[in-house]
Amino acid sequence: MTHMRSTSSVLVDVELLVNGRRLPLALDPRVTLLDALREHLGLTGTKKGCDHGQCGACTVHLDGRRILSCLTLAASASGREITTIEGLADGDRLHPMQQAFIDHDGFQCGYCTSGQIMSAVALLDEPCGPGEADVRECMSGNICRCGAYPGIVAAVQAVRQGRG
Amino acid sequence: MQPFAFITVTGEQAARQAAAYPDARYLAGGTTLIDLMKLNVERPSTVVDINAVPLAAISELPDGTVRVGAMVRNSDMAHHPLVRDRYPLISQAILAGASGQIRNMATTAGNLLQRTRCYYFRDTTMRCNKREPGTGCAAIDGYNRIHAVLGTSEHCIATHPSDLCVALAAVDATVRVVGSKGARAVPFGEFHVLPDERPERETALEPGELIVAVDLPPLPFARRSVYVKVRDRASYAFALASAAVALDLSGGVIRQARVALGGIATRPWRAHEAELLLEGREASVEMYRQAADAALAAAIPRRHNAFKIELARRTLVRALSRAEALS
Ligand SMILES: Cc1cc2nc3c(=O)[nH]c(=O)nc-3n(C[C@H](O)[C@H](O)[C@H](O)COP(=O)(O)OP(=O)(O)OC[C@H]3O[C@@H](n4cnc5c(N)ncnc54)[C@H](O)[C@@H]3O)c2cc1C
Ligand code: SF4
Ligand code: FES
Ligand code: FES
Repeated sequence: MTHMRSTSSVLVDVELLVNGRRLPLALDPRVTLLDALREHLGLTGTKKGCDHGQCGACTVHLDGRRILSCLTLAASASGREITTIEGLADGDRLHPMQQAFIDHDGFQCGYCTSGQIMSAVALLDEPCGPGEADVRECMSGNICRCGAYPGIVAAVQAVRQGRG
Repeated sequence: MQPFAFITVTGEQAARQAAAYPDARYLAGGTTLIDLMKLNVERPSTVVDINAVPLAAISELPDGTVRVGAMVRNSDMAHHPLVRDRYPLISQAILAGASGQIRNMATTAGNLLQRTRCYYFRDTTMRCNKREPGTGCAAIDGYNRIHAVLGTSEHCIATHPSDLCVALAAVDATVRVVGSKGARAVPFGEFHVLPDERPERETALEPGELIVAVDLPPLPFARRSVYVKVRDRASYAFALASAAVALDLSGGVIRQARVALGGIATRPWRAHEAELLLEGREASVEMYRQAADAALAAAIPRRHNAFKIELARRTLVRALSRAEALS
């Protein structure tokens, strides 16, 4: 069955600024930011869960705010600052949130973890109330199939309360 | 996803020119459009990225109107002091919707134009009058637990899923648009249209018209307002039923009331019947029950969604009680 009006799109020039690096690419405009990171730049720390905005596994920072890379076109992110899980650590020194996830058992299989951590780091700069219930609400956009939620909430609270 | 041409624009004029291509779509936050393009429900020839168009400001006009730009992100709107302090129901409605990530992407205009979550609409192998006019409605005799009980037609029973729009209906917002015939202002109550015979037409927007702002009129008593949302899980889920209310109370008497419902209707649902019943009466739970009965009087249940009628009534009673309890 042929139903496509055409099989390919004209490539667009895109310049992704990922973790401080400037990366020019020529991409099919259909390529999402998620696929550009994983398939074109080899940055596979960002995960594809649902690919439809329903799980949070693909969370990255765009201009300092958390967004879903599966619903963002790479072309639309051109020239804007992107931070992925690979950009959090300072050399071998983990970001306090990464360390807290290890210390508080914030994961089991690890599939949702990069998205959880990117959300949690962004949360530090958002108006989120102080309690555990507030953290659960603010982190509700990141689903964990393993149910590691108690450890995740503990990790976020530890960092917020300066107990890193 | 079908191939498309991608165009980035930096001004309103250029945006509208680019949108003149047949089947062109504006791209704002992308949380509706990209999702539906992946499902082949949306198949634009051209995607016009309007993220660089400067429409992201919130300002107060001399008459006290609060103007919210079309590209203001939902999270910024919810936390802006002018919105948070003067229209608590709007802030609460936004923050009850989607997730932190999605609210950082979603825009004012995009939220108004989000599409239904009807499973048959989202599945191109199913019959759906909204997606493919004339093919029938798979939901009416299908699984319709999330579908509407108010404003339905025999052609479509899809729920309008927005939380923000319910609050905007309650405050009588105005949608500002520009198109080939110039600028116009659409009252919120006329922006979304009932499905009737043409469920594929959802709003009063003409092809290519660009939303530039949503105006919130001065409404001092909206400081006493709430948004209550009931859903299948505690967060990150669409409403099964919701209510946005504002009360003007004086000495225990309701002088004015604003009531709108969500999750149960084919468009953001202003419940004028309930308002008329409440105005001039002594505030009481019994009055709230009567108002809720009036609001749902015309509801038509289907096989799996009859529970929504009682759920919506109770949601409204709770919202009115909470608003009354505010100082
Ligand atoms: C998993 C998930 C959960 C969600 N949960 C909720 C929820 O609980 N409550 C809720 O209310 N919403 C929810 N949403 C919906 C979300 O709020 C909408 O997708 C969002 O508001 C759309 O805004 P956008 O800027 O991303 O729109 P886009 O996807 O960019 O655009 C949507 C439509 O509007 C058009 N458009 C955009 N801007 C303009 C303009 N200025 N002028 C004319 N046309 C324009 C586009 O062409 C497109 O057709 C959820 C979404 C997802 C994916
Ligand atoms: S309810 Fe409306 S959107 Fe859903 S299948 Fe029927 S016509 Fe389509
Ligand atoms: S992969 Fe993006 S939200 Fe699930
Ligand atoms: S750790 Fe397995 S999905 Fe969260």
